[in-house]
Amino acid sequence: MSHAPSLRNQGPPRHTLLVRVTHWITVISFVALLVTGVEILISHPRFYWGEVGNSRTPPLFKIPIPSSRATVPTGYGYVLPDQNGWSRYLHFEAAWALVLTGLVYVISGLWTRHFRKNLFPAPADRTWPAFRSVIAKYLRLAPPDEADSRSYNVLQRVTYLLVIFVLVPLVIWTGLAMSPGFNAAVPWAVNSLGGRQSARTLHFFVSISLVLFLVLHVAMVVLTGFASRMREMITGLAAAPQERT
Amino acid sequence: MSKISRRQFVTAGLAATAGVSGLAVAANLGRRFGLVPPDSGGIYGPGETLTYAAQRLFTRHSLAREFPRSMISKVPFANDMPPLNDAFKRLQSGAFADWRLSIDGMVARPESYSLADLRGFPVRSQITEVVCEEGWSYVAEWIGTPLSEVLKASGILPQARYLVYFSIDPDWWDSIDLADAQHPQTLLAWAMNDGDLPVAFGGPLRLRLPRQLGYKSIKFVTRVMVTDSVKGFVPALDPKSPNSGYAWYAGI
Repeated sequence: MSHAPSLRNQGPPRHTLLVRVTHWITVISFVALLVTGVEILISHPRFYWGEVGNSRTPPLFKIPIPSSRATVPTGYGYVLPDQNGWSRYLHFEAAWALVLTGLVYVISGLWTRHFRKNLFPAPADRTWPAFRSVIAKYLRLAPPDEADSRSYNVLQRVTYLLVIFVLVPLVIWTGLAMSPGFNAAVPWAVNSLGGRQSARTLHFFVSISLVLFLVLHVAMVVLTGFASRMREMITGLAAAPQERT
Repeated sequence: MSKISRRQFVTAGLAATAGVSGLAVAANLGRRFGLVPPDSGGIYGPGETLTYAAQRLFTRHSLAREFPRSMISKVPFANDMPPLNDAFKRLQSGAFADWRLSIDGMVARPESYSLADLRGFPVRSQITEVVCEEGWSYVAEWIGTPLSEVLKASGILPQARYLVYFSIDPDWWDSIDLADAQHPQTLLAWAMNDGDLPVAFGGPLRLRLPRQLGYKSIKFVTRVMVTDSVKGFVPALDPKSPNSGYAWYAGI
């Protein structure tokens, strides 16, 4: 290992290879799920609560968009083209990619203590004052300091843990609870949510939460330096190695 | 500059080799145990194969949820039908007395049944949900002849793997594997909610498949064909095709 010293000078990667690869596969899968999810939603932009719901039953709420089905009363005088064929194929293929990638990420994250080291808040940070001071810093629009380029603050950590261990499992569960084959095998998965239409409505809201996270995440990446954040997530190299002597 | 060490290179190479040979072994096993769907080719093939294989491994014998009578939808919903053809109208004017269902293909005894003949088989009634791929649904009671009874009477030949079923509309058919064809809840339904099956809901005869989405439950069924291959019967991704371009396996 003759070139080991030069590697060491660069410090450890900001993100490990496994985190980087699973991150980008997740990005591609999520975008595919989002686009196809919208396409599928367009074929029936009405939501219900309980087991059943259709154009003849009162909706819980409607999305005010035109539909790709003439049978849906939307108030628009036209019908969009049906894109559900490829959308459904791609939605489920991307879901598999997301689930399998997520499994690799979570298992390796537990194995390498990634969650404990990088995401689980330190005991000192698990307090309201710690939360408040981070939030106050955001509200003051204070520029990120040196520590922020090396690790995540408590708010970021809690958000990532929420996405990884709550929102993504929920979106998978509510998605599976719409599958007639899966529901036949595991009826409690849908019954515990209050029925299949409830599962669909919850799937929509969890997806919206994930989209909000995506928007916030990308906004923060742009605000704190798009080029260096991207370099860290693509090459793994820390943004400013000279600060670490 | 990031450099990949020799060890990382060897590890990645070994992992890739293991991955590729693992995939080849999986593909072989999948074909042998009937875990590969007919639409396993193309860019969506891997996802479709994972879905079908997982369902066949874990849910082959599970029963669709059945509901109490109180949950039967008061206003069931059916998509608009294209205008029905003359053959249908002729049969309709005779109150479907001459409606026939034929069983052919890889069976020992091809048969043709009237609706009255079908009612002579053991009857099954079940309150299940119709789930449309668009997102809507309703619950109804479906009464009919289990397809498995009709298949048993004709004797499926050992090499058979699929069942293709046809509507009276010549441009409408679909196909399922034998696991679904012989499933106890797969019905040749001729009644709904204690009355004859209305035309809007597929009357006089609809193949009801409660473990798959509504588009597999084809209306106005006149023929089922047992076969070892569905080549030519599984159109790909064309919205104007009999299956609207949707996935062949619709248990999801």
